[in-house]
Amino acid sequence: MAEKIPVTDNVLLDVRGLKKYFPITSGLLRRVTGYVKAVDDVTFFVREGETLGLVGESGCGKTTASRTVIRLYEATAGEAFFRTDLFSTDGKVEMVNLFDLDKEQIKKVRRQISMIFQDPINSLNPRMSVFDIVSEPMVIHGLRKGPEMEETVVSLLERVGLRKEHIRRYPHEFSGGQRQRIGIARALSLNPRIIFCDEPVSALDVSIQAQTLNLLQDLQSDFNLSYIFVAHDLSVVQHISDRVAVMYVGKIAEMAGSDALYNNPLHPYTEALMSAVPKPDPKYESERIIMQGDVADPSNPPSGCYFHPRCRYATDICRTATPEFRELKPDHFVACHRAEELQLKGV
Amino acid sequence: MAEPLLEIKDVHVEFEVRDGIVHAVDGVSYTVNRGETIGIIGESGCGKSVTAKAAMQMLPKPGKVSQGEIIYHRRSKFDPSKPQEVVNITQLDPDGELIRHIRGGEFAMIFQEPMSSLTPVYTTGTLIGEALALHRWVPVTVGEQMSNKIMQYRHVTKEESREIAIEMLQKVGIPKPHERVDAYPHQLSGGQRQRVMIAIALSCEPFMLIADEPTTALDVSIEAQILDLMRELQQSVEMSIMFITHNLGVVAEMAKEIVVMYMGKQVEKADTVKVFYEPKHPYTRALLQSIPKVGRRTSERLASIKGMVPDPFHLPSGCVFHPRCPSFMPGKCDVIKPKYIEVEPDHWVRCLLYEDV
Ligand SMILES: Nc1ncnc2c1ncn2[C@@H]1O[C@H](COP(=O)(O)OP(=O)(O)O)[C@@H](O)[C@H]1O
Ligand SMILES: Nc1ncnc2c1ncn2[C@@H]1O[C@H](COP(=O)(O)OP(=O)(O)O)[C@@H](O)[C@H]1O
Ligand code: SF4
Ligand SMILES: [Mg+2]
Ligand SMILES: [Mg+2]
Repeated sequence: MAEKIPVTDNVLLDVRGLKKYFPITSGLLRRVTGYVKAVDDVTFFVREGETLGLVGESGCGKTTASRTVIRLYEATAGEAFFRTDLFSTDGKVEMVNLFDLDKEQIKKVRRQISMIFQDPINSLNPRMSVFDIVSEPMVIHGLRKGPEMEETVVSLLERVGLRKEHIRRYPHEFSGGQRQRIGIARALSLNPRIIFCDEPVSALDVSIQAQTLNLLQDLQSDFNLSYIFVAHDLSVVQHISDRVAVMYVGKIAEMAGSDALYNNPLHPYTEALMSAVPKPDPKYESERIIMQGDVADPSNPPSGCYFHPRCRYATDICRTATPEFRELKPDHFVACHRAEELQLKGV
Repeated sequence: MAEPLLEIKDVHVEFEVRDGIVHAVDGVSYTVNRGETIGIIGESGCGKSVTAKAAMQMLPKPGKVSQGEIIYHRRSKFDPSKPQEVVNITQLDPDGELIRHIRGGEFAMIFQEPMSSLTPVYTTGTLIGEALALHRWVPVTVGEQMSNKIMQYRHVTKEESREIAIEMLQKVGIPKPHERVDAYPHQLSGGQRQRVMIAIALSCEPFMLIADEPTTALDVSIEAQILDLMRELQQSVEMSIMFITHNLGVVAEMAKEIVVMYMGKQVEKADTVKVFYEPKHPYTRALLQSIPKVGRRTSERLASIKGMVPDPFHLPSGCVFHPRCPSFMPGKCDVIKPKYIEVEPDHWVRCLLYEDV
């Protein structure tokens, strides 16, 4: 079975060299004429009980990276080691490569890996009652039955701030924030170790967003959960994340502890992105770095560093060589040729 | 001196639906000054868009203005020295000629969902050209009298229209504008469609831009470009902006003055710095505390507003915010409806904390 690597400190998920290319086909014979390199050699890890934020402009590959790790998409290359005791005979935890698991094993591992989606309106089946939605994962895994199931669903609903009476209702009877809570209750139902949250608060109003973020933080400390938190709102990501990875055109530009990344960025893209965030302070004097042009096309990326056409620090080497993703300071990773010498501004 | 362009005076908008009457806008008053930006904030459903649509006399059915008026101080697009006309928008025939001139040419509106508002069978160039043909005029000198030129105005030509379209596409940050001018909406990304809509709205150099969540669906880098473009245009053509958003960062950056709405009511209005530094209404305060601030990681938890927005058919008694209010005063807030009062010059609040009751 799975290739085993040593269990290191408290890393729960260790993704290495992940690639996901979508083929572009044309003509009647659907000949492959190229690839959308949606995720192109990405390496990151998540520790137990922590939140890793994943940010970047739309289309940079955040959703694809998440979906590939949890095997909703088949990876083009790479490994994703997950720390689990599900497959060992002696009950010990081991690092298992998710990409080596067969169908049965994937089904089993889904108990420990769960998801929450952006759109609480479209991600819930409108014809299923709250009870059906929340209990479905337990039914699939044959976990509980009858009154015990009902009890579990009620306690999950109460845990996310909904009420017992809500159990027989349907999604359309709820507000956006309540629907997101239903999604969270469902995600919690199998007692996961890690939850992939894809833009979970992007569609919510600020007061509901704050309630939801607080709920996610409470659940994390109660159950020692890890989160991969995908979002495009940089302030939300900073707030909720212990560490943050910034993606640009299928690659990770920079990854570091939240404060280090926001206050002392090492990658010019991070610096520019931070400077663009409108600050909720009318006295703030913004020195905005306007990035020229658009995000590169992942089916036809530029040479060298993918960010070079928009980077104000680009030199010759940036146009020709791919910068290495390296640990420049402890726990601070960056892929920029000039990271050592540049003095960048944080927020 | 601030010169009013649009005065919204105690406007009420009702929707009569099966279950009863929804008071979507319940006594809103503010003035949009020439060349200035007013920010309208509040959570979804509080009546921001309905107010804006009332100002364009384009309320969806069965909505109607049941009380109040909307006064437009109309200046000639050609001759600023001509005396202004006073137009009561709420009295205009919604399909009449005057409002059609105003809409698009003098007031432009950018909505949140770009796909539904762009006709799919026209290229971006045609879409911009259509707006230009209706609303943009080119001055021509037809004669000279002493030192005064005698001017007439003509429509833009096809060639000019294409040139303006390309220039606008470039201004809103669309890459390869020479090619994109011939693209159809479905060939563009969501962010690009939104920018095309902004290009259409701005191409006619309107007196007022109603921007309803214009950048909500865009990435911050594009948002930054669009906000800069709006400010640039505002300076060059003295455009007013009614900026509707729930993004407090965007409003802090753009607006001179802010109106805060809750359940159809205007709960606070003041200069932007005042709203952010000395908010008076408990709802405004709670809203400001509930957002994470980039760069400043202070507390572990966000201060959230408890509960949810109430059902419009079962509005709370007294102050509509009382069930969620951290400063709730039993026996007062659930009984008495607060009045809208000026607590200091140009700072208006609707809250019993500031009334002697
Ligand atoms: N199923 C798919 N088939 C082909 N291309 C896809 C598919 N899903 C995503 N892509 C492309 O991959 C890139 C990354 O998309 P996505 O992961 O959704 O980005 P993000 O979540 O960061 O917005 C985009 O260029 C997108 O068009
Ligand atoms: N077409 C409609 N029919 C019935 N009610 C409507 C309609 N449009 C808006 N409303 C009511 O008006 C209220 C305010 O809506 P709106 O102005 O769109 O809110 P927002 O502040 O999110 O822009 C809504 O809560 C809804 O009850
Ligand atoms: S009137 Fe009372 S309930 Fe309403 S906002 Fe003021 S303190 Fe809160
Ligand atoms: Mg995504
Ligand atoms: Mg609206």
